[in-house]
Amino acid sequence: MSAPDSSPLIELRGLTKTYGVGDAAFQALKGIDLTIQRGEFVAIMGPSGSGKSTLMNVLGCLDTPTAGTYHYQGIAVETLTTDERSLLRRYALGFVFQGFNLLARTSSLDNVELPLLYRGVSRKDRHEQAVAALTSVGLPTKLRSTPAELSGGQQQRVAIARAIVTEPSTLFADEPTGNLDSVTTGDVMELLTRLNKDRGITVLVVTHDDHVATFARRTVLIKDGLIESDVARA
Amino acid sequence: MICNALSIAVREIGRNLTRAFLTVLGIFIGVAAIITMVTLGQGATLAVKAQISSLGNNLLTLRPGAGFGSRAPSAGVPHFTEKDATIIGEQIAGIAAVAPVRTASLSTIYLQNARASTVTGTTPVYFQINKWNIAEGRFFSDADLRSGAAVCVIGNTVRTELFGSDNPIGAKIRIGKASCEVIGLLVAKGQAGMGDQDDTIIMPLSALQRRLIGKTSSHDISQISISAQDGVSSTALISEITSLMRQRRNLQKNQDNNFNIFDTRQIAETLGSTTQLMTMLLAAVAGVSLLVGGIGIMNIMLVSVTERTREIGIRLAIGATASEVLLQFLVEAVTLSCVGGIIGILLAFGLCAGLAKIIQVPFNFNLQINLIAFLFAAAVGVVFGYTPARRAARLNPIDALRHE
Repeated sequence: MSAPDSSPLIELRGLTKTYGVGDAAFQALKGIDLTIQRGEFVAIMGPSGSGKSTLMNVLGCLDTPTAGTYHYQGIAVETLTTDERSLLRRYALGFVFQGFNLLARTSSLDNVELPLLYRGVSRKDRHEQAVAALTSVGLPTKLRSTPAELSGGQQQRVAIARAIVTEPSTLFADEPTGNLDSVTTGDVMELLTRLNKDRGITVLVVTHDDHVATFARRTVLIKDGLIESDVARA
Repeated sequence: MICNALSIAVREIGRNLTRAFLTVLGIFIGVAAIITMVTLGQGATLAVKAQISSLGNNLLTLRPGAGFGSRAPSAGVPHFTEKDATIIGEQIAGIAAVAPVRTASLSTIYLQNARASTVTGTTPVYFQINKWNIAEGRFFSDADLRSGAAVCVIGNTVRTELFGSDNPIGAKIRIGKASCEVIGLLVAKGQAGMGDQDDTIIMPLSALQRRLIGKTSSHDISQISISAQDGVSSTALISEITSLMRQRRNLQKNQDNNFNIFDTRQIAETLGSTTQLMTMLLAAVAGVSLLVGGIGIMNIMLVSVTERTREIGIRLAIGATASEVLLQFLVEAVTLSCVGGIIGILLAFGLCAGLAKIIQVPFNFNLQINLIAFLFAAAVGVVFGYTPARRAARLNPIDALRHE
């Protein structure tokens, strides 16, 4: 994972993604050029079906592009094997989903420890780091609770703890507040902002909520598979 | 990596005890059903075989009349003479022993107990030919035969009916109009195809003739029991005995036999092929229950696919490789299948031991069927636990996450 510091964190050139084949083919991304530097907080916005989630999934190596190039810290992601992409996710990326995607019937602590387990971290270190991550998202008292015993906001904070416990360089959040009320939305977004500021984690948030986008310092607007605008805020 | 997968798998099982229980249940019921059925079936087959061999497996019985299935009348057909028996023994090679038999149905009385019994008058070799063993006392001897002593040997049923728990040896019972001393008790043989073999009283032929019935004619022998030497073909013996008897009974070439020869070896072969059929039927039933058990296991495994596909998506998204996820699922499936299989074997062992006692068949632990049932159930569990996981792990993580 060593790469020259001069290269941008994320660099997309002519990225396209097509679903289906023949007449049924649908081009969700029609050629995206995008560069994101370390430490940015970017909101990716756009109406439903604009391709913003597809873009996020390709950026997060959860999905593969059809054409174009994607460099992550100088690494050509489109040339990686499935397992290499898994390892890239394991060591560099963190995810927060709209539907939380926590393991059911599994305590907060075990959910947060999971990525560490795949990293081969020892039991004792796993526990300490997971407790620290849950404390940093404000849930030090919910270590033993399962998702069913937590509110939506609390579940999303567990998911954030799981995403940051490995100290990733980039945190991808796909509609992280889509299932939350406005108060909890504020809490979660402030948490993401703090992670960005205090820990220097690059944060990409996909949202259709203007309020959420105000937390970001740069807003990329996607429409019909193309970037319509790319605005940085002071 | 294997340790890791093992610990993840064990955690997963612990978290999903209901699902784990249902999987194990499907497997152990399938395994237990198959093992129990086959083991008890084999026990029953063994029991039947043991009863057949207690009849004596190289025994020929010569009887008057044309035999089963013939339209020729058997009434009025002359019986045999003692001389017939002696001559068969002398003239035909390959015969181990010959015993003339006369039977009569007579009332027997001991103290206040009375019942009708079949009384058999014969010579001492009869016991050896029919594989009777003595439990208490002794058989009657050639000397008893010569003197026409009023002694008898009784079967276990007669002993129970007449004597209850009293010791019968040395007791005098009344048979018909004569008193007779019980000198021996036979080892019980149990039920056979032709009724209760132990409901019998056996005494010297001479005593039956002189004391109980009176010698009415020289043709008073109702059957002749013949045992062949080991390795002698019963077919050849039967044809030799047939021609000898035709000659002795003055039958012309155009006359049918007025006697028949009953071959227990043939009966044993027939019953043997019947039990073989029974075993095959059991195997078929066991096969069907394996299939049903397998489908049960498969259902449980497939029902949880949706949930598990999402779980696989989550694991892939946070950086697990496909092979790590698969290893975890494989370990989980193998663990549950083996636990189910072992419980099934233990349950079957208990069931077989208990049921074998109730239905009175021998219980033999059959390693082969235990192994087959275990391996089959485990294979079904592993295949259906693992295959859906493999499909899910090949998906893009995002497709696995979105699986509905």
